Amino acid sequence: MIETDILIIGAGPVGLFTVFEAGLLKLRCHLIDSLPLPGGQLIEIYPKKPIYDIPGYPIVNAGELVDKLMEQNAVFKPAFTLGESAVSLEETDGKFIVTTNKGTQHKAPVVIIAGGLGVFEPRKPPIENLDKFEDKGVEYIIRDPEFYKGKRVVISGGGDSALDWTIYLMEHHIVSELSLVHRRTSFRGHLDSVQKVMDLANSGKIKLITEAEVVGINPDAKGHLGAVVIRHSNLGDRVQETDHFIPLFGLTPSLGPIADWGLDIEKNAVKVNTVDYSTNRQGVYAVGDINTYPGKLKLILCGFHEGTLAVQSAFARIHPNKKNVLKYTTVNGVSGF
Amino acid sequence: MAAMKDTIKVTIIDRQGAAHQLDAPTDMNMNIMEICKAYELPVEGTCGGMALCASCQVYLESDTMLPEQSDSELAMLDQAFHVKENSRLGCQIRIREEIDGIILRLAPKT
Repeated sequence: MIETDILIIGAGPVGLFTVFEAGLLKLRCHLIDSLPLPGGQLIEIYPKKPIYDIPGYPIVNAGELVDKLMEQNAVFKPAFTLGESAVSLEETDGKFIVTTNKGTQHKAPVVIIAGGLGVFEPRKPPIENLDKFEDKGVEYIIRDPEFYKGKRVVISGGGDSALDWTIYLMEHHIVSELSLVHRRTSFRGHLDSVQKVMDLANSGKIKLITEAEVVGINPDAKGHLGAVVIRHSNLGDRVQETDHFIPLFGLTPSLGPIADWGLDIEKNAVKVNTVDYSTNRQGVYAVGDINTYPGKLKLILCGFHEGTLAVQSAFARIHPNKKNVLKYTTVNGVSGF
Repeated sequence: MAAMKDTIKVTIIDRQGAAHQLDAPTDMNMNIMEICKAYELPVEGTCGGMALCASCQVYLESDTMLPEQSDSELAMLDQAFHVKENSRLGCQIRIREEIDGIILRLAPKT
Protein backbone atom coordinates (compact mmCIF):
# COMPACT_ATOMS: atom_id res chain seq x y z
CA MET A 1 0.00 0.00 0.00
CA ILE A 2 1.40 3.36 -1.07
CA GLU A 3 0.74 6.05 1.56
CA THR A 4 0.95 9.80 1.10
CA ASP A 5 -0.66 13.06 2.21
CA ILE A 6 -2.37 13.97 -1.03
CA LEU A 7 -3.20 11.55 -3.76
CA ILE A 8 -3.51 13.33 -7.08
CA ILE A 9 -5.37 11.56 -9.84
CA GLY A 10 -4.01 12.84 -13.13
CA ALA A 11 -0.44 13.94 -13.85
CA GLY A 12 -1.27 16.71 -16.29
CA PRO A 13 -0.07 20.30 -15.84
CA VAL A 14 -2.55 21.08 -13.07
CA GLY A 15 -1.74 17.92 -11.09
CA LEU A 16 1.98 18.65 -11.48
CA PHE A 17 1.68 22.23 -10.24
CA THR A 18 -0.55 21.15 -7.35
CA VAL A 19 2.42 19.06 -6.14
CA PHE A 20 4.43 22.27 -5.86
CA GLU A 21 1.76 24.18 -3.96
CA ALA A 22 1.23 21.21 -1.63
CA GLY A 23 4.98 20.99 -1.06
CA LEU A 24 5.07 24.59 0.13
CA LEU A 25 2.69 23.43 2.87
CA LYS A 26 4.92 20.42 3.57
CA LEU A 27 2.38 18.01 2.17
CA ARG A 28 3.67 15.11 0.09
CA CYS A 29 1.98 14.01 -3.10
CA HIS A 30 1.65 10.84 -5.14
CA LEU A 31 0.19 10.97 -8.64
CA ILE A 32 -1.66 8.30 -10.61
CA ASP A 33 -2.02 8.53 -14.38
CA SER A 34 -3.28 6.11 -17.01
CA LEU A 35 -0.68 7.36 -19.48
CA PRO A 36 2.90 6.06 -19.28
CA LEU A 37 4.40 9.57 -18.89
CA PRO A 38 3.47 12.68 -16.90
CA GLY A 39 1.94 15.58 -18.84
CA GLY A 40 -1.60 14.48 -19.64
CA GLN A 41 -3.10 15.86 -22.82
CA LEU A 42 -0.10 18.19 -23.28
CA ILE A 43 2.01 15.11 -23.95
CA GLU A 44 -0.60 12.75 -25.35
CA ILE A 45 -2.44 15.15 -27.66
CA TYR A 46 -0.32 18.17 -28.47
CA PRO A 47 3.31 18.04 -27.25
CA LYS A 48 4.59 20.24 -30.10
CA LYS A 49 1.84 22.85 -29.96
CA PRO A 50 2.60 26.32 -28.64
CA ILE A 51 0.70 27.76 -25.68
CA TYR A 52 0.48 31.56 -25.43
CA ASP A 53 -1.46 32.17 -22.23
CA ILE A 54 0.82 30.96 -19.47
CA PRO A 55 1.73 34.08 -17.47
CA GLY A 56 5.34 35.06 -18.01
CA TYR A 57 5.77 32.77 -21.02
CA PRO A 58 4.94 34.65 -24.25
CA ILE A 59 5.13 31.25 -25.95
CA VAL A 60 5.88 27.79 -24.63
CA ASN A 61 5.50 24.38 -26.26
CA ALA A 62 3.20 22.03 -24.37
CA GLY A 63 5.96 19.47 -23.92
CA GLU A 64 8.35 22.12 -22.66
CA LEU A 65 5.80 23.37 -20.12
CA VAL A 66 5.52 19.84 -18.73
CA ASP A 67 9.32 19.63 -18.44
CA LYS A 68 9.36 22.94 -16.57
CA LEU A 69 6.58 21.87 -14.22
CA MET A 70 8.48 18.65 -13.45
CA GLU A 71 11.61 20.69 -12.82
CA GLN A 72 9.68 23.04 -10.53
CA ASN A 73 8.04 20.33 -8.42
CA ALA A 74 11.12 18.04 -8.28
CA VAL A 75 12.18 19.63 -4.99
CA PHE A 76 9.07 18.10 -3.40
CA LYS A 77 9.85 14.62 -4.76
CA PRO A 78 6.47 13.59 -6.12
CA ALA A 79 5.99 9.85 -6.62
CA PHE A 80 4.07 8.36 -9.54
CA THR A 81 1.97 5.38 -10.45
CA LEU A 82 2.01 5.64 -14.25
CA GLY A 83 0.33 3.55 -16.91
CA GLU A 84 -2.42 2.61 -14.47
CA SER A 85 -5.83 4.15 -14.14
CA ALA A 86 -7.58 4.82 -10.86
CA VAL A 87 -10.59 2.56 -10.73
CA SER A 88 -12.09 2.66 -7.23
CA LEU A 89 -12.28 5.10 -4.33
CA GLU A 90 -13.09 3.72 -0.90
CA GLU A 91 -13.12 5.44 2.46
CA THR A 92 -12.04 3.88 5.78
CA ASP A 93 -11.24 5.67 9.05
CA GLY A 94 -11.15 9.08 7.43
CA LYS A 95 -8.69 7.98 4.75
CA PHE A 96 -9.22 7.12 1.13
CA ILE A 97 -7.99 4.04 -0.64
CA VAL A 98 -7.65 4.35 -4.38
CA THR A 99 -7.04 1.16 -6.36
CA THR A 100 -5.86 1.07 -9.96
CA ASN A 101 -6.84 -1.27 -12.78
CA LYS A 102 -3.65 -3.21 -12.05
CA GLY A 103 -4.49 -3.57 -8.36
CA THR A 104 -2.01 -1.01 -6.97
CA GLN A 105 -3.43 0.49 -3.78
CA HIS A 106 -2.88 4.02 -2.52
CA LYS A 107 -3.93 5.51 0.81
CA ALA A 108 -4.25 9.20 1.67
CA PRO A 109 -6.43 11.52 3.76
CA VAL A 110 -7.01 13.75 0.73
CA VAL A 111 -7.68 12.97 -2.92
CA ILE A 112 -7.40 15.66 -5.56
CA ILE A 113 -8.83 14.71 -8.92
CA ALA A 114 -6.92 16.51 -11.65
CA GLY A 115 -8.14 14.14 -14.32
CA GLY A 116 -8.40 16.59 -17.22
CA LEU A 117 -10.40 15.04 -20.01
CA GLY A 118 -10.56 11.73 -18.16
CA VAL A 119 -8.94 8.44 -19.02
CA PHE A 120 -7.52 7.95 -22.49
CA GLU A 121 -9.12 4.89 -24.00
CA PRO A 122 -8.90 3.35 -27.47
CA ARG A 123 -11.38 4.77 -29.95
CA LYS A 124 -13.80 1.97 -30.74
CA PRO A 125 -15.40 1.72 -34.17
CA PRO A 126 -19.22 1.74 -34.22
CA ILE A 127 -19.70 -1.93 -35.06
CA GLU A 128 -22.71 -3.71 -33.64
CA ASN A 129 -21.89 -6.11 -30.77
CA LEU A 130 -18.18 -5.29 -31.01
CA ASP A 131 -17.94 -5.12 -27.20
CA LYS A 132 -19.21 -8.70 -26.90
CA PHE A 133 -16.05 -9.92 -28.66
CA GLU A 134 -13.59 -7.97 -26.56
CA ASP A 135 -10.90 -10.41 -25.35
CA LYS A 136 -12.58 -13.01 -27.58
CA GLY A 137 -10.61 -12.05 -30.66
CA VAL A 138 -11.10 -8.28 -30.64
CA GLU A 139 -8.34 -6.16 -29.11
CA TYR A 140 -7.82 -2.40 -29.34
CA ILE A 141 -4.25 -2.40 -28.10
CA ILE A 142 -1.42 -4.79 -28.94
CA ARG A 143 0.12 -5.55 -25.57
CA ASP A 144 2.23 -8.56 -26.48
CA PRO A 145 2.86 -9.16 -30.19
CA GLU A 146 3.73 -12.84 -29.50
CA PHE A 147 0.08 -13.31 -28.53
CA TYR A 148 -0.63 -13.30 -32.28
CA LYS A 149 1.92 -16.02 -33.12
CA GLY A 150 0.69 -18.04 -36.09
CA LYS A 151 -2.70 -16.32 -36.10
CA ARG A 152 -4.75 -14.68 -38.82
CA VAL A 153 -5.15 -10.99 -38.06
CA VAL A 154 -7.23 -8.16 -39.49
CA ILE A 155 -6.05 -4.66 -38.57
CA SER A 156 -8.14 -1.61 -39.40
CA GLY A 157 -7.06 2.01 -39.34
CA GLY A 158 -4.91 4.33 -41.40
CA GLY A 159 -2.72 6.05 -38.84
CA ASP A 160 0.79 5.39 -37.66
CA SER A 161 -0.11 2.69 -35.14
CA ALA A 162 -1.96 0.64 -37.78
CA LEU A 163 1.03 0.95 -40.13
CA ASP A 164 3.68 0.35 -37.48
CA TRP A 165 2.03 -2.78 -36.11
CA THR A 166 1.43 -4.15 -39.59
CA ILE A 167 5.13 -3.79 -40.31
CA TYR A 168 6.19 -5.20 -36.93
CA LEU A 169 3.96 -8.27 -37.09
CA MET A 170 5.18 -9.06 -40.61
CA GLU A 171 8.88 -8.29 -40.20
CA HIS A 172 9.08 -10.47 -37.10
CA HIS A 173 7.19 -13.27 -38.88
CA ILE A 174 4.66 -13.42 -36.07
CA VAL A 175 1.28 -13.74 -37.76
CA SER A 176 0.30 -16.30 -40.37
CA GLU A 177 -1.86 -13.89 -42.34
CA LEU A 178 -2.49 -10.16 -42.11
CA SER A 179 -5.06 -7.91 -43.73
CA LEU A 180 -5.00 -4.15 -43.33
CA VAL A 181 -8.32 -2.42 -43.92
CA HIS A 182 -8.38 1.33 -44.49
CA ARG A 183 -11.17 3.69 -45.47
CA ARG A 184 -9.16 5.57 -48.06
CA THR A 185 -6.55 4.66 -50.69
CA SER A 186 -3.75 6.76 -49.22
CA PHE A 187 -2.18 6.74 -45.77
CA ARG A 188 -1.06 9.67 -43.69
CA GLY A 189 1.54 7.97 -41.55
CA HIS A 190 5.30 8.50 -41.75
CA LEU A 191 6.44 8.22 -45.34
CA ASP A 192 8.82 5.33 -44.78
CA SER A 193 6.11 3.38 -42.92
CA VAL A 194 3.68 3.97 -45.78
CA GLN A 195 6.32 2.78 -48.26
CA LYS A 196 7.03 -0.38 -46.25
CA VAL A 197 3.33 -1.24 -46.06
CA MET A 198 2.95 -0.66 -49.81
CA ASP A 199 5.95 -2.94 -50.43
CA LEU A 200 4.42 -5.64 -48.23
CA ALA A 201 1.16 -5.33 -50.16
CA ASN A 202 2.82 -5.34 -53.59
CA SER A 203 4.83 -8.43 -52.77
CA GLY A 204 1.65 -10.18 -51.63
CA LYS A 205 2.79 -10.60 -48.03
CA ILE A 206 -0.18 -8.71 -46.64
CA LYS A 207 -3.65 -8.15 -47.99
CA LEU A 208 -4.23 -4.40 -48.26
CA ILE A 209 -7.92 -3.60 -48.50
CA THR A 210 -8.52 0.11 -49.09
CA GLU A 211 -11.71 2.11 -49.58
CA ALA A 212 -13.21 -0.32 -47.13
CA GLU A 213 -14.33 -0.59 -43.53
CA VAL A 214 -15.01 -3.44 -41.16
CA VAL A 215 -18.75 -3.16 -40.51
CA GLY A 216 -19.67 -6.42 -38.82
CA ILE A 217 -18.47 -9.34 -36.71
CA ASN A 218 -19.49 -12.97 -37.09
CA PRO A 219 -18.95 -15.41 -34.21
CA ASP A 220 -17.44 -18.86 -34.49
CA ALA A 221 -19.02 -21.95 -32.94
CA LYS A 222 -17.65 -21.08 -29.49
CA GLY A 223 -18.91 -17.51 -29.55
CA HIS A 224 -15.45 -16.13 -30.25
CA LEU A 225 -14.63 -13.94 -33.22
CA GLY A 226 -14.92 -16.05 -36.37
CA ALA A 227 -14.97 -13.56 -39.20
CA VAL A 228 -15.30 -9.89 -39.98
CA VAL A 229 -17.57 -8.31 -42.56
CA ILE A 230 -15.61 -5.91 -44.75
CA ARG A 231 -17.61 -3.36 -46.70
CA HIS A 232 -15.90 -2.02 -49.80
CA SER A 233 -17.21 1.28 -51.09
CA ASN A 234 -17.75 -0.12 -54.62
CA LEU A 235 -17.59 -3.89 -54.27
CA GLY A 236 -20.02 -4.35 -51.40
CA ASP A 237 -19.74 -6.68 -48.42
CA ARG A 238 -17.39 -9.62 -48.07
CA VAL A 239 -16.88 -11.95 -45.13
CA GLN A 240 -13.33 -12.74 -44.14
CA GLU A 241 -12.43 -15.40 -41.61
CA THR A 242 -9.92 -14.31 -38.99
CA ASP A 243 -8.67 -15.13 -35.51
CA HIS A 244 -8.19 -11.54 -34.41
CA PHE A 245 -9.58 -8.15 -35.32
CA ILE A 246 -7.52 -5.18 -34.11
CA PRO A 247 -9.07 -1.75 -34.72
CA LEU A 248 -6.34 0.89 -34.25
CA PHE A 249 -7.92 4.34 -34.31
CA GLY A 250 -5.98 6.17 -31.63
CA LEU A 251 -7.07 7.18 -28.16
CA THR A 252 -9.97 9.26 -26.96
CA PRO A 253 -10.67 10.53 -23.44
CA SER A 254 -13.68 9.61 -21.34
CA LEU A 255 -14.62 10.39 -17.73
CA GLY A 256 -14.17 6.71 -16.87
CA PRO A 257 -14.62 5.17 -13.40
CA ILE A 258 -14.65 8.60 -11.66
CA ALA A 259 -18.29 8.79 -12.74
CA ASP A 260 -19.07 6.02 -10.22
CA TRP A 261 -17.38 7.55 -7.17
CA GLY A 262 -20.47 9.14 -5.71
CA LEU A 263 -19.50 12.62 -6.89
CA ASP A 264 -21.96 15.15 -8.25
CA ILE A 265 -21.46 15.13 -12.01
CA GLU A 266 -22.74 17.74 -14.42
CA LYS A 267 -22.02 17.89 -18.14
CA ASN A 268 -19.40 15.16 -17.86
CA ALA A 269 -17.49 17.12 -15.19
CA VAL A 270 -17.26 17.06 -11.38
CA LYS A 271 -19.17 19.80 -9.58
CA VAL A 272 -17.09 21.73 -7.06
CA ASN A 273 -17.46 24.52 -4.52
CA THR A 274 -15.28 27.43 -5.64
CA VAL A 275 -14.33 28.27 -2.06
CA ASP A 276 -11.79 25.44 -2.13
CA TYR A 277 -12.66 23.28 -5.18
CA SER A 278 -14.04 20.59 -2.91
CA THR A 279 -16.54 18.08 -4.26
CA ASN A 280 -19.63 16.83 -2.45
CA ARG A 281 -17.40 14.19 -0.78
CA GLN A 282 -15.38 15.64 2.08
CA GLY A 283 -11.68 15.24 1.43
CA VAL A 284 -12.11 14.84 -2.31
CA TYR A 285 -11.29 17.85 -4.48
CA ALA A 286 -11.42 18.33 -8.27
CA VAL A 287 -9.23 20.81 -10.15
CA GLY A 288 -8.52 21.66 -13.77
CA ASP A 289 -10.52 20.58 -16.82
CA ILE A 290 -12.36 17.83 -14.95
CA ASN A 291 -14.33 20.18 -12.69
CA THR A 292 -17.21 22.51 -13.34
CA TYR A 293 -18.69 25.52 -11.56
CA PRO A 294 -20.48 28.70 -12.63
CA GLY A 295 -18.07 30.66 -14.81
CA LYS A 296 -15.68 27.74 -15.33
CA LEU A 297 -13.02 28.23 -17.98
CA LYS A 298 -10.99 25.24 -19.11
CA LEU A 299 -7.60 26.92 -18.98
CA ILE A 300 -4.33 25.63 -17.55
CA LEU A 301 -4.00 29.01 -15.86
CA CYS A 302 -7.29 28.56 -13.99
CA GLY A 303 -6.34 25.01 -12.99
CA PHE A 304 -3.16 26.32 -11.32
CA HIS A 305 -5.29 28.65 -9.20
CA GLU A 306 -7.76 25.89 -8.34
CA GLY A 307 -5.01 23.51 -7.21
CA THR A 308 -3.46 26.23 -5.07
CA LEU A 309 -6.69 26.87 -3.18
CA ALA A 310 -7.49 23.15 -2.89
CA VAL A 311 -4.22 22.33 -1.07
CA GLN A 312 -4.86 25.10 1.48
CA SER A 313 -8.17 23.42 2.31
CA ALA A 314 -6.48 20.01 2.25
CA PHE A 315 -3.97 21.24 4.84
CA ALA A 316 -6.78 22.17 7.22
CA ARG A 317 -8.27 18.69 6.80
CA ILE A 318 -4.96 16.90 7.32
CA HIS A 319 -3.81 19.10 10.24
CA PRO A 320 -7.02 20.39 11.82
CA ASN A 321 -5.26 21.85 14.87
CA LYS A 322 -2.18 23.29 13.19
CA LYS A 323 -1.92 26.96 12.39
CA ASN A 324 -0.89 27.86 8.88
CA VAL A 325 -0.29 31.14 7.12
CA LEU A 326 0.36 31.98 3.48
CA LYS A 327 4.10 32.26 2.90
CA TYR A 328 5.76 33.94 -0.01
CA THR A 329 8.45 31.99 -1.84
CA THR A 330 10.24 35.30 -2.38
CA VAL A 331 10.66 35.69 1.36
CA ASN A 332 11.20 32.11 2.43
CA GLY A 333 12.54 30.40 -0.65
CA VAL A 334 11.60 26.80 -1.26
CA SER A 335 12.80 24.06 1.04
CA GLY A 336 12.15 20.62 -0.32
CA PHE A 337 11.81 17.21 1.21
CA MET B 1 -18.26 47.54 -52.43
CA ALA B 2 -20.77 45.94 -50.11
CA ALA B 3 -20.28 46.55 -46.44
CA MET B 4 -18.62 43.74 -44.48
CA LYS B 5 -21.13 41.61 -42.68
CA ASP B 6 -20.32 41.28 -39.02
CA THR B 7 -22.79 38.46 -38.48
CA ILE B 8 -23.57 35.53 -40.74
CA LYS B 9 -26.22 32.80 -40.68
CA VAL B 10 -25.15 29.26 -39.94
CA THR B 11 -27.59 26.35 -39.97
CA ILE B 12 -26.76 23.33 -37.84
CA ILE B 13 -28.90 20.20 -38.15
CA ASP B 14 -28.65 18.27 -34.90
CA ARG B 15 -28.62 14.49 -34.46
CA GLN B 16 -32.41 14.41 -34.11
CA GLY B 17 -32.79 16.22 -37.43
CA ALA B 18 -33.80 19.62 -36.01
CA ALA B 19 -32.33 22.64 -37.78
CA HIS B 20 -30.87 25.45 -35.66
CA GLN B 21 -30.33 28.89 -37.19
CA LEU B 22 -27.34 30.49 -35.53
CA ASP B 23 -26.11 34.07 -35.76
CA ALA B 24 -22.36 33.86 -35.91
CA PRO B 25 -20.06 36.87 -35.51
CA THR B 26 -17.32 37.15 -38.14
CA ASP B 27 -15.05 39.33 -36.01
CA MET B 28 -14.44 37.01 -33.07
CA ASN B 29 -12.02 34.58 -34.78
CA MET B 30 -14.48 31.75 -34.14
CA ASN B 31 -15.01 28.43 -35.86
CA ILE B 32 -18.04 26.18 -36.32
CA MET B 33 -17.21 23.99 -33.32
CA GLU B 34 -17.01 27.06 -31.10
CA ILE B 35 -20.23 28.65 -32.34
CA CYS B 36 -22.03 25.32 -31.72
CA LYS B 37 -20.71 25.27 -28.15
CA ALA B 38 -21.67 28.91 -27.66
CA TYR B 39 -25.25 27.96 -28.57
CA GLU B 40 -25.01 24.88 -26.33
CA LEU B 41 -25.50 22.45 -29.18
CA PRO B 42 -24.20 18.94 -28.39
CA VAL B 43 -20.69 19.31 -29.78
CA GLU B 44 -17.85 18.20 -27.52
CA GLY B 45 -14.80 19.88 -29.04
CA THR B 46 -12.69 17.76 -26.70
CA CYS B 47 -9.29 18.82 -28.05
CA GLY B 48 -10.22 22.50 -28.03
CA GLY B 49 -10.03 22.94 -31.80
CA MET B 50 -6.69 21.44 -32.81
CA ALA B 51 -8.11 18.90 -35.28
CA LEU B 52 -7.09 16.20 -32.86
CA CYS B 53 -10.29 14.51 -31.73
CA ALA B 54 -12.99 14.58 -34.43
CA SER B 55 -15.73 15.15 -31.87
CA CYS B 56 -16.89 18.13 -33.96
CA GLN B 57 -17.28 16.19 -37.21
CA VAL B 58 -20.01 17.66 -39.45
CA TYR B 59 -21.34 16.96 -42.93
CA LEU B 60 -21.44 19.88 -45.35
CA GLU B 61 -24.94 19.97 -46.79
CA SER B 62 -24.91 23.26 -48.68
CA ASP B 63 -22.85 24.07 -51.78
CA THR B 64 -20.74 26.52 -49.78
CA MET B 65 -17.18 26.71 -51.05
CA LEU B 66 -14.75 25.93 -48.26
CA PRO B 67 -10.96 26.12 -48.32
CA GLU B 68 -9.17 22.82 -48.92
CA GLN B 69 -8.76 20.58 -45.91
CA SER B 70 -5.40 20.67 -44.18
CA ASP B 71 -3.27 17.57 -43.78
CA SER B 72 -3.97 17.51 -40.07
CA GLU B 73 -7.73 17.58 -40.66
CA LEU B 74 -7.53 14.75 -43.18
CA ALA B 75 -5.28 12.76 -40.88
CA MET B 76 -7.76 13.12 -38.04
CA LEU B 77 -10.68 12.10 -40.24
CA ASP B 78 -8.69 8.95 -41.06
CA GLN B 79 -8.99 8.01 -37.39
CA ALA B 80 -12.66 8.95 -37.10
CA PHE B 81 -15.85 7.01 -37.80
CA HIS B 82 -18.98 7.73 -39.86
CA VAL B 83 -16.74 9.64 -42.27
CA LYS B 84 -18.27 10.57 -45.63
CA GLU B 85 -17.14 12.50 -48.71
CA ASN B 86 -18.60 15.69 -47.25
CA SER B 87 -17.15 15.22 -43.75
CA ARG B 88 -15.43 18.20 -42.17
CA LEU B 89 -14.15 19.06 -38.74
CA GLY B 90 -16.20 21.95 -37.40
CA CYS B 91 -13.18 23.40 -35.62
CA GLN B 92 -11.39 23.84 -38.95
CA ILE B 93 -14.18 25.90 -40.56
CA ARG B 94 -13.67 29.56 -39.75
CA ILE B 95 -16.67 31.86 -39.38
CA ARG B 96 -16.13 34.19 -42.35
CA GLU B 97 -18.46 36.20 -44.52
CA GLU B 98 -17.82 33.81 -47.43
CA ILE B 99 -19.63 30.96 -45.68
CA ASP B 100 -22.82 32.90 -44.93
CA GLY B 101 -25.79 30.52 -45.25
CA ILE B 102 -23.75 27.35 -44.72
CA ILE B 103 -25.72 24.24 -43.72
CA LEU B 104 -24.00 21.57 -41.66
CA ARG B 105 -25.25 18.35 -40.08
CA LEU B 106 -23.70 16.98 -36.89
CA ALA B 107 -22.10 13.54 -37.38
CA PRO B 108 -23.15 10.77 -34.97
CA LYS B 109 -21.41 10.61 -31.63
CA THR B 110 -18.88 7.83 -31.18
